[in-house]
Amino acid sequence: MEPLTSHTGTVLPLRRSDVDTDQIIPSEYCRRLSKTGYQDGLFARWREQPDFVFNDPARAASTVLVAGANFGTGSSREHAVWALRDWGVAAVIAPSFGDIFRRNALKNGLLAAQLPDEDVAQLMARAEQDASYEITVDLAGCVVRWPGGSCPFEIDGRARRLLLEGLDDIAVTLERQDDIVAYEQGRPAWLPAFAPTGGVN
Amino acid sequence: MTTPRTTPRTLVEKIWDGHRVGAATDGPDLLYIDLHLVHEATSAQAFDGLRLAGRPVRRPDLTLAVEDHNVPTDSLVITDPISVEQVTTVRRNCAEHGIELFRHGDGRQGIVHVVGPELGAVQPGMTVVCGDSHTSTHGAFGALAFGIGTSDVEHVLATQTLALQRPRTMAVEFTGVPAPGVTAKDLMLALTAHIGANGAHGHVLEYRGEAVRGLSMEGRMTMCNLSIEAGARAGLIAPDDTTTAYLADRPRRPTGEAWQRALAHWETLHTDPGAVFDHTVTIDVADLTPMVTWGTNPGQAVPLGESVPDPEAYPDPAERAAARRALDYMGLAPGTPMRDIGIDTVFLGSCTNGRVEDLRAAAQVLRGRKVSPDVRMLVVPGSMQVREQAEQEGLHEVFLAAGAEWRFSGCSMCLGMNSDRLPGRERCASTSNRNYEGRQGRTARTHLVSPAVAASTAVAGRLAAPSDLDRG
Ligand code: SF4
Repeated sequence: MEPLTSHTGTVLPLRRSDVDTDQIIPSEYCRRLSKTGYQDGLFARWREQPDFVFNDPARAASTVLVAGANFGTGSSREHAVWALRDWGVAAVIAPSFGDIFRRNALKNGLLAAQLPDEDVAQLMARAEQDASYEITVDLAGCVVRWPGGSCPFEIDGRARRLLLEGLDDIAVTLERQDDIVAYEQGRPAWLPAFAPTGGVN
Repeated sequence: MTTPRTTPRTLVEKIWDGHRVGAATDGPDLLYIDLHLVHEATSAQAFDGLRLAGRPVRRPDLTLAVEDHNVPTDSLVITDPISVEQVTTVRRNCAEHGIELFRHGDGRQGIVHVVGPELGAVQPGMTVVCGDSHTSTHGAFGALAFGIGTSDVEHVLATQTLALQRPRTMAVEFTGVPAPGVTAKDLMLALTAHIGANGAHGHVLEYRGEAVRGLSMEGRMTMCNLSIEAGARAGLIAPDDTTTAYLADRPRRPTGEAWQRALAHWETLHTDPGAVFDHTVTIDVADLTPMVTWGTNPGQAVPLGESVPDPEAYPDPAERAAARRALDYMGLAPGTPMRDIGIDTVFLGSCTNGRVEDLRAAAQVLRGRKVSPDVRMLVVPGSMQVREQAEQEGLHEVFLAAGAEWRFSGCSMCLGMNSDRLPGRERCASTSNRNYEGRQGRTARTHLVSPAVAASTAVAGRLAAPSDLDRG
């Protein structure tokens, strides 16, 4: 992945809490075998309503989603992150996130920043008034900045380093191959294992 | 100061410490994964990633795959082209990497969270992951089990590990004894209504107390399954005699000498007296009655005997807005008694309530009764083995005689990825786990219920408990 240090963009304010991954992308759009091409499924049902924020022509180029609490709750489908990314969303700001969604987001370079309720409410209100209102999510400094204000956010140190340096997650883990082998040698023999079905067809 | 060795630890901490690869650092721990369950709907991109990087699957022998999310349940032949593509892909990937796969039509096929336990492949103290959020189900065995996304599926395939922050812990104490007819489903809907759909955010829950000890393994699986609906990362229950009795005749259990060694280890798997949880929630279950959801997240639940709440009564503006939107979607007016809500479809199945005990509870209600002519009822066993067991007990005859459909196994109407979807604004009483907007069909409306309430509802044509049927 390309190194990622910071993102600045205008805002898609989504004044809803508990936005679940079935809303972000309904299951019938999750049946592709690729990691791309999910933008059509993004909020597919809500986009049927003309006044839904993702239909606002003034926000067609907006890249920072600001949402209510518990954003991305629900299923583990990474398609939710792929759909947001394919639409062009680069960062999501909310008072809290579904755990699996947040982890999936960071794995794909979608910045998910958790801010206090009051800050999110303020950003939401201002962005609703002004489609040109810009927010910066600064990964290097772990801070979200807006005109006249800022707030730090927390992020898993490993995820941050992977994104800042553009590293391959699996390659970094495999640097600890020796530790993994040593662990495996100490595992109890009774733990279940499956007969490999074998063979390349 | 006490040394780490003598510090009392929670069950989660014991499992965590026992699976940490290498020395502890200030960053996340690298956690070894004992069992990786795979299904067709979230794995294709992970296998593609391995192929692109030229990486092998590190431990195919610790990986087990099933076909469940997309498969039809009305036929053993897959005709939908996208489903065919999905299963063809998982078959090719499993063959290429030497991973055992239970295909659609195989007698061992079923929903991934039903199949793993019934094989005995999930045992106390293990770490279990799967690209599905309801992996928390396996916590019923005293395993640390949680759902992961596709990037993490690829990471586990390649390394058999995950880099994770140690989670916070929450004790959920269910005190008292539930009344007859009050199930694990009702306990969990009550918990979720109490703490909210995100109330356990970032925590692993340990369920404790008399009401938990009294549950069968099936009930414990229902309980742990629904942990994610309270926002938790996972939920688990310390193993006891119920756990070992369940495992004792399963095909993948340890045998002979190894069984004895395993038993000795399992006895250490409990929270030590004096161990500290980050949070504790206590729910007295003695006064609980069957629960049902009225809204569009599992926290929006009330006892069946109550009415649809009034959004204006919520002090919190976000909750008020969410309740208004939910009622609008659900087509319900505040103050409507839950028992007056008419139902079009009843879905009995899913990894939450698709086990044989669940089918028995529903069949007990349906025996000698008929599904209302206005209602369509689908019975979808959680696995082909559940189906076989149910047929041995004659449960299928009860369902068929009542006018319900008797299906093959799969996720089916839980998520509507196959053709089992609700048309229009149909209203469904469902034993599954999510009442989200559009989950069971574009504009469909879902009420989450226990199996006994589902069966009673099918007979009454409106939300009902077994006791309502006797009143005639
Ligand atoms: S039954 Fe539903 S919740 Fe369970 S694995 Fe299938 S889709 Fe997921």
